[in-house]
Amino acid sequence: MSEVAALPNGWQLIVGLEVHVELATKTKMFSASANRFGDEPNTNIDPVTLGLPGALPVLNQHAIELAIRIGLALNCKVQPCTFHRKNYFYPDLPKAYQITQYDHPLNIDGHLMLPGDVRIGIERAHLEEDTGKSTHFGGSSGRIHGSDYSLIDFNRAGVPLVEIVSRPDIRTSEQARQYVGELRSILLAVGASDAKMEEGSMRCDVNVSVHKLGTPFGTRCEIKNVNSIRSVGRAIDYEARRQVDVIEGGGTIRQETRHWDDATGRTETLRTKEDADDYRYFLEPDLVPLVPDQSWIDAVRAALPVLPAARRQALAELCGVDKDGESAFVVVERGQDDYVSAVVAAGGDPRRAVVYVQQAFAEQSATPKVPAKDLAALTILERDAKVTSTQAKTLLTDLIEAGGGDVSAMATKRGFEALDKSAVEAMVDAAIAAEPGAWQKYCNGEEKALGALVGAVMKSSKGKADGKVITALLQAKRT
Amino acid sequence: MAEKISKETVVKVSRLARLSLTTEETERMTAQLAGMLEHFRDIDALDLASVEPMTQPYPLKNVLRKDVELPSLDRDEVLDQAPAAESGRFRVPPTIGFDV
Repeated sequence: MSEVAALPNGWQLIVGLEVHVELATKTKMFSASANRFGDEPNTNIDPVTLGLPGALPVLNQHAIELAIRIGLALNCKVQPCTFHRKNYFYPDLPKAYQITQYDHPLNIDGHLMLPGDVRIGIERAHLEEDTGKSTHFGGSSGRIHGSDYSLIDFNRAGVPLVEIVSRPDIRTSEQARQYVGELRSILLAVGASDAKMEEGSMRCDVNVSVHKLGTPFGTRCEIKNVNSIRSVGRAIDYEARRQVDVIEGGGTIRQETRHWDDATGRTETLRTKEDADDYRYFLEPDLVPLVPDQSWIDAVRAALPVLPAARRQALAELCGVDKDGESAFVVVERGQDDYVSAVVAAGGDPRRAVVYVQQAFAEQSATPKVPAKDLAALTILERDAKVTSTQAKTLLTDLIEAGGGDVSAMATKRGFEALDKSAVEAMVDAAIAAEPGAWQKYCNGEEKALGALVGAVMKSSKGKADGKVITALLQAKRT
Repeated sequence: MAEKISKETVVKVSRLARLSLTTEETERMTAQLAGMLEHFRDIDALDLASVEPMTQPYPLKNVLRKDVELPSLDRDEVLDQAPAAESGRFRVPPTIGFDV
């Protein structure tokens, strides 16, 4: 992840994110046709989806449960709530309104933690329904401006959505990427959504403004069409620079919605807020209030899995690695932390166990084929300097290919005979005798001279001595 | 709600609802809407401090259904009733405004 230059002249970035996720239900939010991505157009439709006269919405219990899971995982208060109609005319919304939550959403006042214990507030996580999918034809760009006509597929209309609205607590594009990544991990962990940004089951709208410390936040622009975690960072960096350039050039920022173009790496005006949105929200008369019982909320909470942050923390403590570091992140992301624990429980060296799994188990499932005790045995071989770290890597590959086995036998088969410590020590002494100049320099504090000495031992051991062991012996002898 | 509803508000609301009203209709609607708002003023005049706000006239909550799939409507039958269809989808005129 590259560091982006900070904004010039003391400008500070303010970001808030609105993330929409499609819930992993079998059916829609308010009706019983299928919630399934990739089906033939208009094959998952019903009177409610199409807004036919007389059709009445009924809440999907499982959608509510998944939304509660999201709320609890994000440390929200889950509260009694109501549904509203958000009125606007658009062809992908056949009822001419979207059912959403307005002043009494299901989940409020949560937070999510980022690396470095940065706390990002969650204002709300509310339920609503997705719209149909329009495809625009004619015109030059395939986008709506200048198109000749559009075709509509209503399979997605009415799919349950949760919109997760952060507080404007994000201060860098890196934090924004981390936020989206962490949110995605949480959604996957609790099974609320498949959270595939490339398929649109997780979508981000990014609110960006700039200000100088001690002054109020500037006017914000909302950026749409940000379809990957990488784009989140790029769009924010571009937009922040654009706003600073406008202001420093004597202009003012208009509140508007902008479109991110991933190909050009720019944002452009989609619509200004001057023709202010007036959605005339009112209570949905076809739905009654949703009041989740405390017993239901407690049951959902009790069934929540351990969340990724807690799992990284546990793994970090077990293995002595950084909880915000790459190995803890990668291993938990793959769900292989339980496996690492099993390796440690089988007597494995904790640090080597997590590193082996991080580096060599990318293609493995959460439950790798290699028995934990075999990987444990390998970590011990390396720890006890029975094999070098290079040899251990080779054995690791052998072990994975074989799906397990006796690593000591594998080492023997490879000719990785054990060099005991006294043998290495003898070679180290021989090297010191053979390279008195290098040894003198090393003793005088020239660390570079170490290379010649280690090289000499490696040579005399025909590569069987472990570089780390040799170095440790030389260091011990120097003092 | 002390002010009487203005003609400008009626014009704005009719625009939002995509209703095209003649001047005469606008006048009439303004008068009728003002009459409706009168009723709310009657309610405002009552002391309702001890009355819970009501979100629904029915004493119901938590009306839920199981997440069980039912068959879709027949696509061809549905599209036959649309003004225009193409490639299994509804065909609509170009929309001026915005991508969603």
